[in-house]
Amino acid sequence: MSGFKSYFEKSGGIDVADDATNLTDEHREEIRQIAARYPQKRSALLPALHLVQSVDGRVSPKGLEMCAEELGITTAEANGVATFYTMYKRKKAGKHHVGVCSTALCAIMGGDHIFETLSEHLGVGNDETTEDGSVTLERVECNAGCDYAPVVMVNWEFFDNMTPDSAIRLVDDLAAGNPVTSTRGAEITSWREAERVLAGFDDGRTDEGPAGGPASLLGVEIAAEKGWKAPDPAALPANDTEGESK
Amino acid sequence: MTDLLTPVLSANWADDRPWRINNYERRGGYDALRKALDMQPDDVIALVKDANLRGRGGAGFPTGMKWSFVPKDNPNPKYLVVNADESEPGTCKDIPLMMASPHTLVEGIIIASHAIGVSHAFIYVRGEVLHVARRLQQAVREAYSAGYLGRNILGKGLDLELTVHSGAGAYICGEETALLDSLEGRRGQPRLRPPFPAVAGLYASPTVVNNVESIASVPSIVANGKEWFQSMGTEKSKGFTLYSLSGHVKKPGQFEAPMGITLRELIDLGGGMRDGHKLKFWTPGGSSTPLLTAEHMDMPLDYEATAAAGSMLGTKALQCFDETTSVVRSTLRFVEFYKHESCGKCTPCREGTWWLVQILMRIERGEGVEGDIEKLLDLSENIGGRSFCALADGAVATVTSAIKHFRSEFEAGYTTPAWELFPYEKSALFEAKPLAAASEHAGAQQKVGTH
Repeated sequence: MSGFKSYFEKSGGIDVADDATNLTDEHREEIRQIAARYPQKRSALLPALHLVQSVDGRVSPKGLEMCAEELGITTAEANGVATFYTMYKRKKAGKHHVGVCSTALCAIMGGDHIFETLSEHLGVGNDETTEDGSVTLERVECNAGCDYAPVVMVNWEFFDNMTPDSAIRLVDDLAAGNPVTSTRGAEITSWREAERVLAGFDDGRTDEGPAGGPASLLGVEIAAEKGWKAPDPAALPANDTEGESK
Repeated sequence: MTDLLTPVLSANWADDRPWRINNYERRGGYDALRKALDMQPDDVIALVKDANLRGRGGAGFPTGMKWSFVPKDNPNPKYLVVNADESEPGTCKDIPLMMASPHTLVEGIIIASHAIGVSHAFIYVRGEVLHVARRLQQAVREAYSAGYLGRNILGKGLDLELTVHSGAGAYICGEETALLDSLEGRRGQPRLRPPFPAVAGLYASPTVVNNVESIASVPSIVANGKEWFQSMGTEKSKGFTLYSLSGHVKKPGQFEAPMGITLRELIDLGGGMRDGHKLKFWTPGGSSTPLLTAEHMDMPLDYEATAAAGSMLGTKALQCFDETTSVVRSTLRFVEFYKHESCGKCTPCREGTWWLVQILMRIERGEGVEGDIEKLLDLSENIGGRSFCALADGAVATVTSAIKHFRSEFEAGYTTPAWELFPYEKSALFEAKPLAAASEHAGAQQKVGTH
């Protein structure tokens, strides 16, 4: 049994000793706006916690309180939810969240090498933030971009087909404040601004970026090249009135 | 004979800004909605049922039948919830669909809501895809402005609200009852069934939970008819679907084809395996579906043939690994995923996946002890089928199928580290040095879990 060790020592809850907050009545009003989207207001808890993070950079004790008050639940219930989901941060996160996919496929295609390189380059381990506060590094689970492996996420935007070198350039640019744009998304703002969008508040960047990367479009392009398409509904052998001719 | 590829859902992805409503409408978007609103709700259900559209989220349950289970005499409001929590390892089809053409989904939701009698629908999208959240939110705003959502839609008397809801990072919320708990603002933990969601789902009201691709397929069925849909596919698996090819292939990507295309055909479309390498093992539908080997490459990828081969079609997520890959390593990494994502509700899953990881880690280090393989199999037997939901079954499927096909690699782990048998840098897609701390590496994987 000597090879086994406990992993519970780092699983502490939300730090309630630090009660600093930037939440105002304006945010309380926004939580009410979120609640109005649902037939029952408790449903607003997940987006409301995203909003709290966008303001306080983590799930703050004041944020839990505000959510609980507005949504008619106890702070214990809000805390129980906040600590269940991995996107909610118990301690203050950096300006940018860099997630290296570490699930089997990405890890094997090079994600393990990318994480090791970034960890050494930034001098931080998993779920740790650089001293200058620019980057929080995290191993993330499969982010549904397997056709672009290895994938790195910055503030939950895709960076596709990464290598250790491109990953270093990426985090250096983020630290230096250089403009960085997602492979299949918008220009990178900050983790907090991303959290605000996840709470359902538009940031005006929807039309940035392409419809998809090359892998998303591969099948469509091959089909166009070969002239392959779905059958013509008007030309079916047993066509009936259900088929709308075009 | 239909063509090898049949883009329907993906047909507009290469258009200019296909996510905008005017571009979607220019291609005939929302025409199917107009047609559906002139049909009786029961006729829409019958059409989808007769077309034999089966759920594209993994289980393959007939979509129209799911709709018909909603009781008509229940006085509570009825809800439709679209499961856009795409998180199954290897699965990457719904994200590109929603990124490129969110209106295909929105139109499907409105048609389905008309069929089922829903006045409030939800899209539960995983939180970790910011740009998809943006595209969905904008599509819903556009649909409201165009009169496709809200009160008295197109003057046909249908009222429908649609809410985009971002999750917060939990694979388990892809399980439909956990998703409903999460949407109610709770920890995402599966519910005991019965009652099924069709009877007591969201807010204990009748609820249909459907996958993105299933709902997105509905407008084309309404527009083109059931015969058209059935003209594609195999005898019992009808229609077109998105296959996602990933891994050690030259060109991974999305391929929309009739049900029953083979892996060999897909790999050929992807330009073959990377130079100088050959396929070793693959998953037909994500990591929860038992892995298969090169001998299964010519099997039709439909529900029946994958089941006959001892696996499942799942989400049609074809993760291909070449001969450089250590099966012990991939199995460990898959099981670490399930351990991390286990919600902790059921003891066999919560504790069992933890123990699977411990044993696989020592096998990876070459420190396995005699009897470890038997222990893995015994644990698997006591985890699978003994928990509330299918997460546990998925976790053990990856272990038992790996041992079935590659037992000798696990035995080698009694004496030799996996990274010596299969140097990890050779599996990377770029020039790489050996991982600095291979021996400590497995330990470093351990993440602070949700429990």
